[in-house]
Amino acid sequence: MADVINTQGHVRLGSNAGQGLTRRDGVLKVTGAATYAADNRPEGLLHAVTATATIARGRVTHLDVAAAEAHPGVVKLYTPDNVPPLAVSPDEKIHPFVWRMEALQSDRVRYAGQPIALVLAETLEAATEAARLLAPRYEAETPHVTLDDAEPFETTTTAFGRPADHSSGDIGKARATAARHVVAEVETVAQYHNAMEPHAIVARWTGDRLEIDTPNQAIGLARQTFAAFLGIEPAQILIRSPFLGGGFGSKAILYGGQLLAVLAARDTGRPVKLVLRRDQMYGPVGHRAPTRQRLRLDLDEDGRIAALQHDTLTMTSSFDHFLEGASNASHSLYATAALQTTHRGLRADIGTPGPMRAPGEAPGSAALEVAMDLAAQAAGLDPLAFRLRNHAETDPSNGMAFSSKALRECYAQAADLFGWADRPAEPRRMRQGQLLKGWGMGSAQFPCPMFTAAAHATLRADGSAVVETSAADMGQGAWTALAQIAADGLGLDIDRVEFRSGHSDLPDAGVAGGSGHTATAGTALFNAGADVVRRLVDLATGDPASPLFGAGNSGVTARGGRLHRNDDGRSEAYEDILARAGLDMLRGEGTGAREGQPTRAMFSHGAVFAEVLVDPDLGQIRVSRLVGAFAAGRIINPRLARSQLLGGMVWGIGFALQEEALHDARTGRFTNNDLAGYHIPVNADAPMIEALTVHEDDPFVNALGIKGVGEIGVTGTVGAIGNAVWHATGLRSQRFPIHPESLILSGESL
Amino acid sequence: MKPFAYTRAETVEAAIAAEGALLAGGTNLLDLMKIGVAAPDRLVDISRLPLAGIEEVAGGLRIGAMARNADIARHPAVLARFPALAEALLSGASPQLRNAATAGGNVMQATRCSYFQDPASSCNRREPGSGCSAIGGQTRNHAVLGWTEGCIATHPSDMCVALAAYDAVVMIEGPGGRREAAMESFHPLPDAAGAGPAPLSPGEVITDIRLPDPGGMARNARYVKLRERTSFAFAIVSAAAALDLRDGRIAAARLALGGVAARPWRCRVAEQALVGQPATTESFARAAELAVQGARPSGDNAAKIELARRIAIRALSLAADGTPDRLAALPASVFAGENNG
Ligand SMILES: Cc1cc2nc3c(=O)[nH]c(=O)nc-3n(C[C@H](O)[C@H](O)[C@H](O)COP(=O)(O)OP(=O)(O)OC[C@H]3O[C@@H](n4cnc5c(N)ncnc54)[C@H](O)[C@@H]3O)c2cc1C
Ligand code: SF4
Repeated sequence: MADVINTQGHVRLGSNAGQGLTRRDGVLKVTGAATYAADNRPEGLLHAVTATATIARGRVTHLDVAAAEAHPGVVKLYTPDNVPPLAVSPDEKIHPFVWRMEALQSDRVRYAGQPIALVLAETLEAATEAARLLAPRYEAETPHVTLDDAEPFETTTTAFGRPADHSSGDIGKARATAARHVVAEVETVAQYHNAMEPHAIVARWTGDRLEIDTPNQAIGLARQTFAAFLGIEPAQILIRSPFLGGGFGSKAILYGGQLLAVLAARDTGRPVKLVLRRDQMYGPVGHRAPTRQRLRLDLDEDGRIAALQHDTLTMTSSFDHFLEGASNASHSLYATAALQTTHRGLRADIGTPGPMRAPGEAPGSAALEVAMDLAAQAAGLDPLAFRLRNHAETDPSNGMAFSSKALRECYAQAADLFGWADRPAEPRRMRQGQLLKGWGMGSAQFPCPMFTAAAHATLRADGSAVVETSAADMGQGAWTALAQIAADGLGLDIDRVEFRSGHSDLPDAGVAGGSGHTATAGTALFNAGADVVRRLVDLATGDPASPLFGAGNSGVTARGGRLHRNDDGRSEAYEDILARAGLDMLRGEGTGAREGQPTRAMFSHGAVFAEVLVDPDLGQIRVSRLVGAFAAGRIINPRLARSQLLGGMVWGIGFALQEEALHDARTGRFTNNDLAGYHIPVNADAPMIEALTVHEDDPFVNALGIKGVGEIGVTGTVGAIGNAVWHATGLRSQRFPIHPESLILSGESL
Repeated sequence: MKPFAYTRAETVEAAIAAEGALLAGGTNLLDLMKIGVAAPDRLVDISRLPLAGIEEVAGGLRIGAMARNADIARHPAVLARFPALAEALLSGASPQLRNAATAGGNVMQATRCSYFQDPASSCNRREPGSGCSAIGGQTRNHAVLGWTEGCIATHPSDMCVALAAYDAVVMIEGPGGRREAAMESFHPLPDAAGAGPAPLSPGEVITDIRLPDPGGMARNARYVKLRERTSFAFAIVSAAAALDLRDGRIAAARLALGGVAARPWRCRVAEQALVGQPATTESFARAAELAVQGARPSGDNAAKIELARRIAIRALSLAADGTPDRLAALPASVFAGENNG
């Protein structure tokens, strides 16, 4: 079927997947023709601006509503006194991607940057000034925003309801037999997504029909969420989200401001646009909370891990629950007889954290890989040899076999390209000019979740097709990679396939998150195309006028817009089959989801090697080389996959050396909530970076064998950089990001 | 943002008479207006004033106040005779910002103290007498030299550090006529009560910046800047150094530090101590010690003192090695000298 042999649910893709096509939306983007949400300016538009709290805890006691309303151009102002109510409780969890919907329910302030009023005006400038004129007064209480002073609370779950604690094997017994142990303590800091495109929404009601332009990573879920809180049917809502200027997890979740804009549009009868300022993205739209992690690795005489313990302390807001599941990163990577992981939570006066760039895995992997380096040192083994010795043949947390795991090949290929074999075991042995040089490594691992997606495919009379699903392209290349899969499902050249995506009237493509979008939406699209081909084959093989008559469905291959007989090679074009059948189109449907309980452990894997240069006097660190090799199942588009992996590795540079949101502990306010102050890497920070992909066939993960490449790049990389800094300097930083100041604390040159 | 009037000045006289906030490239002023820190009633656009020229005058240079940072950095005379200025400029901000930012605006740019930038915080510089919220807060980019309890802010400019080292003079025109001020003391230090007086009186306009002949220092001058991000980041600390070397001995020296005080910190005592000394690390270390004499942490930033000392040594050492003929791909980076991809 469709240039595909179906063997036990395992599918061979055709000539489109596997090609490094450039982005189909590339020209639109580089010419500025791509329309992002905030580019929409419907007739009669009102501009909305939120006023935000400058205290982190307390109450708003006064707003100068009169002054704000008197400002020329102001149309309407909402405060807790007059805001239209939500249809259901703000705490309603209609699905797992809903955070408490903070929409001016009360005068209570729970974090700095919390919206406390919404102003609508004829111009952005007027709304901005009126928001300022509100000049809020507060009854402030002492805030707690750090891991040191926030309130502990009881919890049994981390993010997305995963259990907070895990234990397998007998850790006491395992420790009793161990020869030695190492302890690593690692802190990571608060990080903010900082997608280039701010959160934006344009909402317009026409009667009881609602149109929304907003960047969103889960259009179908967003429509459910809007519908529930507005008390209307999902079918009344159209969400358009053709392009996202980055999401990183923060656009998977709707926040109260977006709902307020919709309520305001309904209330005023005019379209409303709300675009957050950069500083307003610090608080209400999620972030990665800081962690304090402790790992203990017990080793036997041969350097095998007998017991692995990973404990995480992290924090969430005072009014919702999202705990960074960092310890989970230790569940499935390295073999151990006994495994124990815990998470403890604190409630702080901060906005609710959320999923951000490998939530849990990124900080957890950072700490784990530092601990592994320490353990390798204790075992007297090369870091790579130590990891190979502790290679997990089955998932230590549940005993399951891996669906596929080409991690050994990743180690080998990346180490070879990097030149790891020449690494001196001792630190401080390499120099480049005056600079200290160090090499470090880390293993990468990321789960392969699937969500649920649906898709349609329609073959048209001229033999071209249109495929439809409401996918989200955040820059990762969904417009291209998904279309490639869809074309293969149809047995068509990609140029014959029109891909419709990015709005909610299309079949739901599920969440673009968890690195599972290509696998999930791709499966649905492939199946929709295959469904069309199946119908086409039935038509042709049952039609005595067709050269395919009597071939049987297993005797036919779909390729290049024709069905081919496998026995004598005769073929017929799709359009001819349709024409003879008197059809002007043929429609197929498909879904993508993982069925039943998995019986295999499913992960992408990788190995990352880092070289750093460190200035011995000034402590400045430069990642001079970064080489990764990744086994991530079937690669649909090598060009896009490489970009994703490189991007993930660049996140790793940011995590290891730069990204850090700073609060003033006295007020809970941020002191660097802009792109000048919150540093993310620039091109000059990544001079030489390469990502290889290692061949991997995975017959279990899904029929197409697709894993995911979105987030794995950051795992392994942070630890690799930290370990390289140690190798260069002999200093183990217990905190990411590693600042120059922390390296020169000793007072001596390095 | 607060409504404001906008006028464009065609002449310096008109700019002086207009009595408003001067708008040059706008890369700093407009940001401050957006965050509610500056709220002028009137903007006087001076970007079209005929002050964008860069001219060589008697071995020195005259840089018009409207000259763009990017144009200054690429000017042949700057590259040939004032290379530390080119390095300093190219290490600052981003290409887009440098294309817009002017020399006058760079001199007059506001501190990056985050409490200054936050209208909800008390700040003596923004609101005299209100107190200084930075003390006891996040002080990574705050001063270790010349600060008082009144204000611990730093001046963030890279350009001004190089200018101070080059003995630059700021030319000013105002209602009271013309005056000039040395770059190294143009920005007042804070006093016990606050940020100190404003560098310019109302109505005053910077017209140009004069650089004297660097003499024997032209090809022994460097700027070095420490920051975690290789581009688009302000200095944690920085240093400009220039040397006049005669047979391995130092005939004259210049040293200024950045990121450490409310002004570019010219280190005259250190310079004097270098005169007559051999150009060795030992000499530079002694000078650097003098350069940070009297430094005190203004918060959790003691490491900056040590970093400032070390970056002074580095800048002097690099200056002694001679300015490379080609500008480094990573200007002012501590990695600029190494082949690191
Ligand atoms: C994200 C970011 C990063 C940056 N990074 C760096 C960096 O790394 N290093 C660095 O040095 N700088 C950096 N800058 C600052 C940048 O150099 C300044 O914003 C710029 O130089 C200001 O010049 P302008 O012409 O745009 O000034 P404007 O914004 O127009 O004006 C700034 C101030 O100067 C006054 N002014 C302007 N011209 C005159 C004049 N002729 N006479 C009297 N007063 C005048 C204005 O009234 C105003 O108060 C950065 C800026 C940004 C936004
Ligand atoms: S350091 Fe100076 S600029 Fe910063 S808050 Fe204090 S007084 Fe204001």
